[in-house]
Amino acid sequence: MALTFSKIPGELLEKFNALEEKGKYPKRKSMLVPALHIAQEHFGWISDEAVAAVAEFLELSPNYVKGDASFYTMFFMDKPGKHVIQVCHNVSCYLEGAEDIVAHLERKLGIKCGGTTPDGKFSLVTVECLGACGRGPVVQINNREYHEYMTIEKIDSLLESLE
Amino acid sequence: MAEETKIVMLDMDVEGISSLSVYEKHGGYAALKKVLGEMTPDEVTAEVKKSGLRGKGGAGFPAGVKWGFIPKDKGEKYLCVNADESEPGTFKDQAILEKMPHRMLEGAIIAGYAFGATHIFIYIRGEFWKEINIVQRVVDEAYEAGYLGKGILGSDYSVECTVHPGAGAYICGEETSLLESLEGRRAEPKMKPPFPAIEGLYDKPTIINNVETLATVPAIIERGADWHLSLGTEKSPGIKMFSVSGHVNKPGVYEIELGVNQLDFIETICGGVKGGRLKATIPGGSSVPVMPAANCDCPLSFEGLQDAGSMLGSAGFMVFNEHTDMVKVIEVISRFYAHESCGKCTVCREGTHWINMIINRILRGEGAMDDLVTLQDAADGMEMKSFCPLGDAAAWPVQSFLKHFRHEFIDYIEGRKKLVPKYEPVGAIGHHKLVKPAY
Repeated sequence: MALTFSKIPGELLEKFNALEEKGKYPKRKSMLVPALHIAQEHFGWISDEAVAAVAEFLELSPNYVKGDASFYTMFFMDKPGKHVIQVCHNVSCYLEGAEDIVAHLERKLGIKCGGTTPDGKFSLVTVECLGACGRGPVVQINNREYHEYMTIEKIDSLLESLE
Repeated sequence: MAEETKIVMLDMDVEGISSLSVYEKHGGYAALKKVLGEMTPDEVTAEVKKSGLRGKGGAGFPAGVKWGFIPKDKGEKYLCVNADESEPGTFKDQAILEKMPHRMLEGAIIAGYAFGATHIFIYIRGEFWKEINIVQRVVDEAYEAGYLGKGILGSDYSVECTVHPGAGAYICGEETSLLESLEGRRAEPKMKPPFPAIEGLYDKPTIINNVETLATVPAIIERGADWHLSLGTEKSPGIKMFSVSGHVNKPGVYEIELGVNQLDFIETICGGVKGGRLKATIPGGSSVPVMPAANCDCPLSFEGLQDAGSMLGSAGFMVFNEHTDMVKVIEVISRFYAHESCGKCTVCREGTHWINMIINRILRGEGAMDDLVTLQDAADGMEMKSFCPLGDAAAWPVQSFLKHFRHEFIDYIEGRKKLVPKYEPVGAIGHHKLVKPAY
């Protein structure tokens, strides 16, 4: 009998199935991190619904899935703003002025690190080495695109470009 | 005069080299064809062993020797490509993944053939989303061209390949943690032995190689072990990619023969020190001991840097000018290890956090001379006593900063300097706050 998935929205299930086909993983549990990435993209964060969907697809307990997700910094365990601004402030970026960029963002957005603006548009976090040390300071948006050689001016125009 | 020697980086600036057709036009996959057509797996391993190729991820273990540990019997065997590049100061693998991914893949298939891998997993750190997509496209191209899959280029050798994303955890660069993560568990390191070559992924024999190590293999096959041995020094044969950042005029990735003089390297290849005279370097990623300028006149090789009190590590080369606040630098480094400690073993979980809290206390002008003793104790208590090398990596910088820049700590303790933090860092959305102030 084919498995039926009651907690996985159809569109998400299609992506999970595509992952299973493409990944050719010898054991299904190996799909946990990739599936969490897909679920986070669908739900915006690792919500209870996201945990339930991944747990059901991989036949794991929700506690196990949440325990794994919380190990990795790229998984948002709270609902973040629409644009998560991730500023690297490790050694090389620090030398190029990353701390001033974080301080500027805190002032400009009126939030502290780890916070979200009241309109839900921006969240701000500091991250550790993004592996672009020769092109610092580096800012990443939503775990995806890198913005390199950042300055206060470039941060301001980046913020304006984010809808 | 130091000069670049491009081997892995050869043709890296050619337009479209990340695509299969352009890579093939520039001699790509000739080494794989040679291996499948003319060489037995044992001959490949022997050639790489003879070449003296040492792992380029940090530990420097001879690659061919590692492949030789794999049992000869049939069955599932795995190759994991470690592309979880997260060592602060290191961004060389990123350059390969973005611009020269086929060379890495070609090297991986050759390695797989040498020890009989049935499946290659390319574990790429999750932040490299762009590179993950590039490598996935490259793998698709290779399947289509018959370089992956069943009966590669008409030979008996078959191998599957999967591109796997990480999700933000430095510890996944440690090989047993990488395997745990790949199996769908929290990435906490495992006890060795058994070593992965005997019981690795899904308890099957597994080799974990760094991206740059594998990307060097095609050249060794094409030009021979003797050619590789003719480069570099006796104990450090060959070439190495250095990721240069910090106070230099020309930061970037440079591939050089091992054994080039460090000061010459900074002056001629990195464009000299920016903003003042040289104060110190960290030559191998944040984990290795810092070198004050007085010790920097030494060869950039495994043994040259070791004799001068540091290590080659991942060759994440960071340069500091005379105006750098070294106490602040070690605060940043110690915060990194506190943030990235997986929490499995006590010495590292507690040690990294206490070290960072004490350095913060000193920076804020609330330190005492006793704190330097406590810092030393905490670092000594982690070194070689934690479960995996992360504890060593967190201890060495602290010990070396205390040794070479003690006077800068004392400036803070005796009230001549004080630093007000510009913000309280929070490293992830909705996770427990990892680094808390000590008071």
